[in-house]
Amino acid sequence: MSFSKIKFDKKIVLSFWIILIALIIAAPTILPVFRLNLLGRYLSLSIVALGVDLIWGYTGLLSLGQGIFFALGGYCAAMYLQITSSSEFPNNIPEFFALYGVEKLPFFWEPFRSPVFTFFAIWIIPALVAGLIGFLVFRNRIKGVYFSILTQASLLVFFNFFNGQQKLINGTNGLKTDVTQLFGQMVGSESMQRLFFWVTATLVIASWFFAKWVVKGRFGNILIGIRDDEPRVRFTGYNPVIFKTIIFSIAGGLAGISGALYTVQSGIVSPQFMTVPFSIEMVIWVAVGGRGTLLGAILGAVFINYAKSLVSEALPASWMFIQGGLFILVVTALPEGVLGWLQGDGPRNLLQRFGLKRKIETYPSLEINKKEGNNE
Amino acid sequence: MELLLDSLFNGVAIGSVLLVAALGLAIVFGLMGVINLAHGELMMLGAYTTYVTQLIFKLPILKPFYNSYIIVSIFLAFIVSGVVGILLEKTIIRKLYGSPLETLLATWGVSLILQQFVRSVPLAYGTGLVISLLIGLFLPTTFPSKIKESINFKYFKFSSWIFAALTGVLTGSVISSSVSKLSRASARNVDVTAPSWMRGQVEIIGTAFPKTRLMIIVITLISVIAITLFLNQSAWGMRIRAVTQNRRMSDCLGISTEKVDIITFGIGSGLAGVAGVAVSLLGSVGPNVGGNYIVGCFMVVVLGGVGNLLGTVLASFGIGIMTDLIGAGRLLSIWPDMPLPLSNAINFFATTSMARVMIFALIVIFLQFKPTGLFPQKGRMVEN
Repeated sequence: MSFSKIKFDKKIVLSFWIILIALIIAAPTILPVFRLNLLGRYLSLSIVALGVDLIWGYTGLLSLGQGIFFALGGYCAAMYLQITSSSEFPNNIPEFFALYGVEKLPFFWEPFRSPVFTFFAIWIIPALVAGLIGFLVFRNRIKGVYFSILTQASLLVFFNFFNGQQKLINGTNGLKTDVTQLFGQMVGSESMQRLFFWVTATLVIASWFFAKWVVKGRFGNILIGIRDDEPRVRFTGYNPVIFKTIIFSIAGGLAGISGALYTVQSGIVSPQFMTVPFSIEMVIWVAVGGRGTLLGAILGAVFINYAKSLVSEALPASWMFIQGGLFILVVTALPEGVLGWLQGDGPRNLLQRFGLKRKIETYPSLEINKKEGNNE
Repeated sequence: MELLLDSLFNGVAIGSVLLVAALGLAIVFGLMGVINLAHGELMMLGAYTTYVTQLIFKLPILKPFYNSYIIVSIFLAFIVSGVVGILLEKTIIRKLYGSPLETLLATWGVSLILQQFVRSVPLAYGTGLVISLLIGLFLPTTFPSKIKESINFKYFKFSSWIFAALTGVLTGSVISSSVSKLSRASARNVDVTAPSWMRGQVEIIGTAFPKTRLMIIVITLISVIAITLFLNQSAWGMRIRAVTQNRRMSDCLGISTEKVDIITFGIGSGLAGVAGVAVSLLGSVGPNVGGNYIVGCFMVVVLGGVGNLLGTVLASFGIGIMTDLIGAGRLLSIWPDMPLPLSNAINFFATTSMARVMIFALIVIFLQFKPTGLFPQKGRMVEN
């Protein structure tokens, strides 16, 4: 794999950003509400994909349990919305409690009356849970596929717990948010959805910069070192447990933010967020986009979900075939993902195959540079 | 005493389903280092094979043998899942040896395709496809070696695939015209009814045991014994063990590692099919039936220690008995006057889903103390 990344002119980069921001601001007027809502949801999913890219693409940890943190963030947001909009219901507690004859609010709901607490809880609680799970697993040097299996098992633990506890969090029905109130407006209303879209778009860009900052410099180098040769990193004197735990909780926090944004835009959070297929899907977004390329994670999440909704509308049965095929294709034929392929040798190899470009026998840097040198 | 026996039996019954399901996975994971997430779907294929066999045995010609269909379906399920597994190995998994995470993702893709395949293709034609795969994969291997070595072998291979396709289409249409239930695609769950001799209960020492559960225990027992004998006594078993221990050395000594891989994966997948027969006796069969078992199976393999059949056996019975103890709240009936907070806690976990929460949590805690399972592989290598 070559490291020749395409370098753009500063002016081009600037104009790209201006166009992007203009598009984000104008999107609510261009797109119909339904599509806008979908786009907002997919953008929020791209934040969790960024987290997956950080832990899988950069650190080599394939987590199949990101759904836990995604759902936790969603539940935090939904609990706050439910409890602040519950004044007209008996006992001043959310409506669903009456169905199960619960009269007193469970203790862990209390702090969610405060918006400040909720604001922090949305990302700190998932990050803490991720840190705890991660620390316990990494401490024992459980890694590779064992890590994947254990995260999947943890996912099932959380799923079964949330699914079974009607009296605490409405069990399998989940918590609805679209009829709750925020800032005196219905969360499901059009103006609120527009606001959420902007918030999501901003946060996607912010998390992208954050992730870029994380993988830059020594910290990022150690992550890549852990991915490529963990024993050597350990022998060099670093403790991989700490770095892995930190990056895993960062990914958990990102998943939490993503879950909260997704929840308010889809109108419900339920244990369905913690099913096994959903968490594996997150991995395929990153794999198709290009692991180890942060932009690839974002684009992968948005485009695959968009394709999913388009295909499911036209031919509901075929999406599973396409998705299954994507998994196989990306693993066997395109391990670097689309963006990784574009940044690497992919296009040149393709052109060479059709005889459009001269074959390079040794290293590209040697031959191309030599040729240029001769011309001068 | 009676209560204890009852509990033990239930635990063993749950454990034996887990064991027969995890056995194939343990072989494929332990011996080849391949994470097969499509294992659950291979089980699902086995369960559907039972269903198809049952319907075919209801035809007038086979009606007199109806009672034995379940025995036949065990062999058929082994073959069906085994063939699909071999195809999977030949097309995808072969390219991914040595990178387990990639096999995990690819086999997940396969599992999605298999699920949707069962939903949207009529079972009759699915059967036809499996038959043509079977013929196409195995007919060329039966040719005498003279033909195999000749230059024209690829034409023979090609024509055998054409023959296979024709046979497949023919059987598919014959089945679909004679059994109407199989001629339409359906996403609905189907039910396998046990033959009359397997219904009802047997009484042992004053406790009644359902016969289907006993049958599953018998299937499991036979599978475990057969696979142990195969691995330890047969020539191919020895080759498989040799490749597991040192792939390159075995290759140098003339063992065809390619064949060993195919056989190992085929047997592992075939055992998934047998597990599917067992599962079909427990409840209705649907495209998602495999998903209920796959994570439990992996837990068994991880808990037992990779590449160790004894560990797999102990782990699955351990998990089975614990599931029954916790899920049915049996500790409460064994010790009725325990202190209130403890009994509250036990009641809290006394449902199937909460028992799962407890079991998985216990396994994660257990792995804190023994990260490599009950019977770890010995060695002093640096990991990787």
